[in-house]
Amino acid sequence: MTGLGETLGSGAMTNDFESIKSADTILIIGSNTTENHPVIGSFIKERKRKGNCTLIVCDPRKIEMAKYADVYIRQKSGSDVVLLNGLMHVILRENLYASDFIEKNVNNFEKLKETMSKYTPQYVSEITGVSPELIEDAARAYAKGPNSAIFYTMGITQHLNGTDNVRTVANLALLCGMLGRPGTGVNPLRGQNNVQGACDTGCLPEVIPGYQKVTLPATQQKVKELWGSDLPATPGLSVVEMMHAAGEGKIKGMYIMGENSMVTEPDSDHVRHALKKLDFLVVQDIFLTETAEFAHVVLPAASWGEKDGTFTNTCRAVQRVRKAVDSPGEARPDWEILLAVGKRLGASWNDMNSPETIFNAIGRIAPAYAGITYARLEGGALPWPCPTCEHPGTPILYTTGFPRGKADFSPCDWVKPDEWPTEEYPFIATTGRILYHYHSGSMTRRSSTGEFIKEMYIEVNPADATALNVKDGEQIKVTSRRGEVSGSVKITDRVPAGTVFLPFHFSETSANILTSAKIDPYSKTPGFKVNAVKLEKTV
Amino acid sequence: MASIKAIINGKSITAESGMTILQAARANGIHIPTLCDHPALSPFGACRICLVEAEKNPKLLTSCTTPITEGMIVHTNTPRVIEARKAVLELILVRHPLECFSCASNGKCELQDVAYELGVKDSRFADPGDTNTSHKLEDANPFYVRDLNKCILCGRCVRVCEEHAIYHAIDFQGRGIHTSIQPPVGSPIEESDCVFCGQCVQVCPVGALFEKTAAGQGRPWDLEKVKTVCSYCGVGCELEVNVNKKTGKIANVTTNYSSPTALNKGRSCVKGRFAWQFVHSEDRLTTPLIREGDTFRKASWDEALSLVAEKLGEVKTKHGSDALGFFSSARCTNEENYLMQRLAREVMGTNNVDHCAHL
Repeated sequence: MTGLGETLGSGAMTNDFESIKSADTILIIGSNTTENHPVIGSFIKERKRKGNCTLIVCDPRKIEMAKYADVYIRQKSGSDVVLLNGLMHVILRENLYASDFIEKNVNNFEKLKETMSKYTPQYVSEITGVSPELIEDAARAYAKGPNSAIFYTMGITQHLNGTDNVRTVANLALLCGMLGRPGTGVNPLRGQNNVQGACDTGCLPEVIPGYQKVTLPATQQKVKELWGSDLPATPGLSVVEMMHAAGEGKIKGMYIMGENSMVTEPDSDHVRHALKKLDFLVVQDIFLTETAEFAHVVLPAASWGEKDGTFTNTCRAVQRVRKAVDSPGEARPDWEILLAVGKRLGASWNDMNSPETIFNAIGRIAPAYAGITYARLEGGALPWPCPTCEHPGTPILYTTGFPRGKADFSPCDWVKPDEWPTEEYPFIATTGRILYHYHSGSMTRRSSTGEFIKEMYIEVNPADATALNVKDGEQIKVTSRRGEVSGSVKITDRVPAGTVFLPFHFSETSANILTSAKIDPYSKTPGFKVNAVKLEKTV
Repeated sequence: MASIKAIINGKSITAESGMTILQAARANGIHIPTLCDHPALSPFGACRICLVEAEKNPKLLTSCTTPITEGMIVHTNTPRVIEARKAVLELILVRHPLECFSCASNGKCELQDVAYELGVKDSRFADPGDTNTSHKLEDANPFYVRDLNKCILCGRCVRVCEEHAIYHAIDFQGRGIHTSIQPPVGSPIEESDCVFCGQCVQVCPVGALFEKTAAGQGRPWDLEKVKTVCSYCGVGCELEVNVNKKTGKIANVTTNYSSPTALNKGRSCVKGRFAWQFVHSEDRLTTPLIREGDTFRKASWDEALSLVAEKLGEVKTKHGSDALGFFSSARCTNEENYLMQRLAREVMGTNNVDHCAHL
């Protein structure tokens, strides 16, 4: 989000699902689309089957999408910047870029050309392990378009240089003018039902709802007028930073709503230490999660299906969610609990007493939501920006230019990942989701899906399995600088030699014991995708 | 689009060029019974229930696959058509088990509806022992059950898997009375390309495919549909939660291919359709809990809320606002996230508020 905000002006997916139908070239990088966004996966597959669409898939894991690709690129984990720079080098060398578009819309072109000059296919090939011909094929197909779309997700962002990865993706789209039309776009697929909405409504340390920076006097003025309070002018801490601060004793009290930090955050041992150290922890959730076990007070919340409200999906479309059944026992909707806590601490909040009245308050402070009402949502989703009640919503961003007048190229050089294989830790461990589970597993493991895939497994390449002398189903131990986990081996060439994959949904054998809590300095995202580890057969 | 004039059942109609007879009839409010036809799927012409008569055409035509042409004169319910439809239906019923009492699809079964419409109770062509019993009930996976004895070979599941799921995990196999819908020879469905999105279950017109956990949870007429959005990934698929009005519990989750508001256009994945049982899990928290030593004790809302307010206030007074941290949730609604950041910023005076966007 940081990378896109800086280059294009907004950190969200630029195009809608309809737009996929008009794409002539689709580039997927770092997104296991058919497992993590299956319905979008089906739209892309459908587009590909109808013909006249070139599919480029770049992923160290030979994911399902790779089967349908015209160009499949298996770059080394952590080498995305080099790969994409290589594409841009070829596009510049062969004059395939959109010169009119750049002249009109983008700053910093000279700097981009300068930085890209050294990323020859040969040089890129040495680092990524991808043949120079494939790099050229991909570059030409993307540049040719006429409409090319990029899709990416956590395979791009969950690196210590994740922001550089995103900037580089945006550079490529700007270089070829692949924005503002159906079939184009830079499309980060959001992994959670309402992660877009949580960002839009200001659950970020540096912005209030509508991405208005807390440091700006105009924002402070607005908060004063609408909320009647003084807005603290310094940005707060991110999730991972807050956990560090708790570990250091700087944060004494924590309120965690609907998040199982013990399983989903990197370096679980450190999280345990931090949570134990708190003077006061309140956890609001639907289950007594591994995180709630550390709480001083646990508040029972209503789950999905038990409350009204809105979610904002990955392409910025706001939709109504509705109550279908009553909550068990005394569980209450989160909004009701938060209203009650706020009021006990002195908030007046008399204008908010239902999901609809709270939603209207969002529209008063976030201009992109101002024209959206519950009544309008009865007619279907509305994608923001939707500034007035007459506005139809915005399915495609940047159709008439960029918010700041011009976008910026933000050329990046490749930096070797912090965790690169060493003699002691010769493998790369990468973590992620699988089709049948979701995040910490607290929902899917209590549903039909939990009976289908019951426990953690470790994907190992056949060559590595032979070297380790392990057979399918046997146990291995994976050890990083942080800790160790064991699981049964699944031998598959989905992972390249030298890399293992671990799904992180299983709290009893949590893959995040291995991961590092180091974060990207800009986006504050941990580097889940590259962890140096060693493997041992266990008996 | 060019417009076509034709006559159906003596009524002059207009249709768009390229429409089938069935589409033209429906667009003009004329009903023709169907089984293999489905609004989201390409025309197939498998079941032959939709036969109609067109003048100057010696043979009956399947209205779902025959394009309507200029000046065509169509009859949808002459004695000849009705007799043919009955015969087609009775041929289907030769092998179909009439276990409607215990069938999961009773009340939403389209075969039942057509039999009712045509006044057919059983099959003139059936001999004792003709009912299909050759297939074992397949219930090895936790998502859906296949009862192939009830399958009428309409091919909807094959088409939805090919056209919407885009897996083509199943197809027709065998010939004659041995025909059945199967994954590639020799592998059970659990080892095939099937990813259990359940769209085949959604379109099955009979009880050959049904959700495993919906069994016994409510008859179709007990269920009320609540339109909502999925709680898993960021795609934002529209789902229908079917609630049993008698028990107040969820019976199953479905999708609607014809919904104009569905961004997913009726499509789903395994989580959206089948991973909802956590809502009614025994493990759900039902009262506030307050720590006492190494365990928790149940508390009233009043006590718990007072303690939360007191302790948060205490940390703020003793150590300052920035000694507090607020974790919001991408699982929660916009409204809830909005309130969480107001609690942090406005009430407690800190910008230490974030959520799991990066995880």
